[in-house]
Amino acid sequence: MKNLHEPHIACHVEDLTVSYRERPVLWDIDLDIPPGVMAAVVGPNGAGKSTLIKAILGLVPPVAGHVRVFGQPVAEARRRIAYVPQRQSVDWDFPATVRDVVLMGLYGTLGWLRRPGRAEKAKAQAALEQVGMQDYAARPISQLSGGQQQRVFIARALVQEADLLFLDEPMAGVDAVTEAAIVSLLKAQRDAGRTVVVVHHDLQTVARYFDWLVMLNQRIIAQGPVAEVYTEDNLRAAYGGQLALIGTLRLADDA
Amino acid sequence: MLSPTLITVALAAAMIGALAGVLGSFLVLRGQSLLGDVIAHASLPGVVAAFLISGGRGFFAILAGALIAGALAGLSVQALRRGAGVKPDAALGVVLSLFFAAGVVLLTLAQTRGGSAGLTVFLFGQAASVLRADLVPMALVGGGVLVVLALLWKEFQFLAFDPEGARAQGLPVARLEVLLTLLIAVTIVLGLTLAGVVLMVALLIAPAVAARQWVRGLAPMVWLAALFGALAGTGGAVISAIGQGVATGPVMVLAAVALAALSLLLAPERGILARRNRQAQARKSLRGRQVLAALGGLGADHANPGYAGDQAMLDAYLGADAGPVLARLQREGYVRPVALAPEPGARRWELTEAGRQRLEAPDA
Repeated sequence: MKNLHEPHIACHVEDLTVSYRERPVLWDIDLDIPPGVMAAVVGPNGAGKSTLIKAILGLVPPVAGHVRVFGQPVAEARRRIAYVPQRQSVDWDFPATVRDVVLMGLYGTLGWLRRPGRAEKAKAQAALEQVGMQDYAARPISQLSGGQQQRVFIARALVQEADLLFLDEPMAGVDAVTEAAIVSLLKAQRDAGRTVVVVHHDLQTVARYFDWLVMLNQRIIAQGPVAEVYTEDNLRAAYGGQLALIGTLRLADDA
Repeated sequence: MLSPTLITVALAAAMIGALAGVLGSFLVLRGQSLLGDVIAHASLPGVVAAFLISGGRGFFAILAGALIAGALAGLSVQALRRGAGVKPDAALGVVLSLFFAAGVVLLTLAQTRGGSAGLTVFLFGQAASVLRADLVPMALVGGGVLVVLALLWKEFQFLAFDPEGARAQGLPVARLEVLLTLLIAVTIVLGLTLAGVVLMVALLIAPAVAARQWVRGLAPMVWLAALFGALAGTGGAVISAIGQGVATGPVMVLAAVALAALSLLLAPERGILARRNRQAQARKSLRGRQVLAALGGLGADHANPGYAGDQAMLDAYLGADAGPVLARLQREGYVRPVALAPEPGARRWELTEAGRQRLEAPDA
């Protein structure tokens, strides 16, 4: 391997700046996520949480900065990265079965002209078992509930057996049972040595679910172990006007 | 009836119909139906220009001209959207009209010069103008399109469902999109002599919309769209041959749209009738459960599980006539009428054993 830059960091971001129509959405992001953590990215609406993930993955072009994943540029590390987009980003009325969607997780590594075969289908089935959807493989995706859609998307990421997982709001709009299942699933991934990065919207559960925290509001407000970063001052800096609400959340969480 | 011309036309129509159904499936699923219309209309100036330059209706000259014009139109849409910030539908609408108007102007100019008879074919299509000599190049080009599609099947499937996810896995999504649009453009150009620039989009969309109603997967949808397209094509060709002089293209389009309408109405899972039916069933079963629950509740209130409730009380409780529901429940064996001594005029009902069980069942 040549030119490894910060190889001991799962996801290293330096000076990353993204702008839409001459306005910066992300400004001068320096970010390091160590391997083996389960990290949350939090921040108010419009803070650029999803954009940060997309910029790291190269889906949104940055105007400045660079990203390294285990020391490699993202284009060379694609096989070590899995991405779960927001559930609403696709049309669930698409004619496909649950198995079809999970198999798509293998399309990147399968190579041109190759169709998924028996081995791939077995992998997809195993991933569906991990998310508790093994009985739904032949179901058309248009018949799934929101929580089931989310599990299928997560299965599509698990089947990639990636070292670094990005999930964009996986707990948004799912029922409590599904949320608990997703959290324990992601913790199991972390315990297996993988690095999990989750865009999260619920401040109340941050401390319970995650061990690493990135607070974002166009700039990085704070990053580090949850216990160090999850402070009133940082929340105030990140959320500003929504402070009154946050104060009550803090109390509720401490109680 | 089975003249060589008819066979030629029917073969061409079946081929084009099937091809359009296949490619149209991707247009419909990606929400780009209007783009198909733009490419079709925009090809007109290219077709006329190719005719004027090459001096004839040569297959490959026309194809090249239409593709160049279609590509220019596509680039114009991009420039309007990205460069000038015009909304996508407005950009598509403007470019469609611009290119079509330019095409019609060129067409009238060409006609005043003379020697361009048969160019109006490309407006609405004229199946009889398809020559036997056109069949082989048509089949070769169409076959080529299908081969490319089959080779890149999983990539195009991923692209159609989740382009961002595909990019995240490193697929060259932008290039695949260009290629898919090119395949669609070639398909449109192949169909121009049959359906014309104005109606071609219907041959792309209608079979795909029809097919979507009956299937659960992409491959079945594409196969069925091909079948529907071929049916509409041959059907249109035969019908227009029977009705002497009826234009084939519009009849093909009518046949395809009829298939789509029937599918929207009748498909077992997704059809309008099936949905209506499911809703009615759900409402009926809810109504029935409400009546059973009311009867059960009355019994509980009177601390008498065998209590017979007065129908008028049920009417009042439900705010509607409970009679038809009670009659149905009686037929199904869940309730039975009871006559009580002091109230000869009143209709009272009690739960049967089956009714009590149904009431206690978690869900029905």
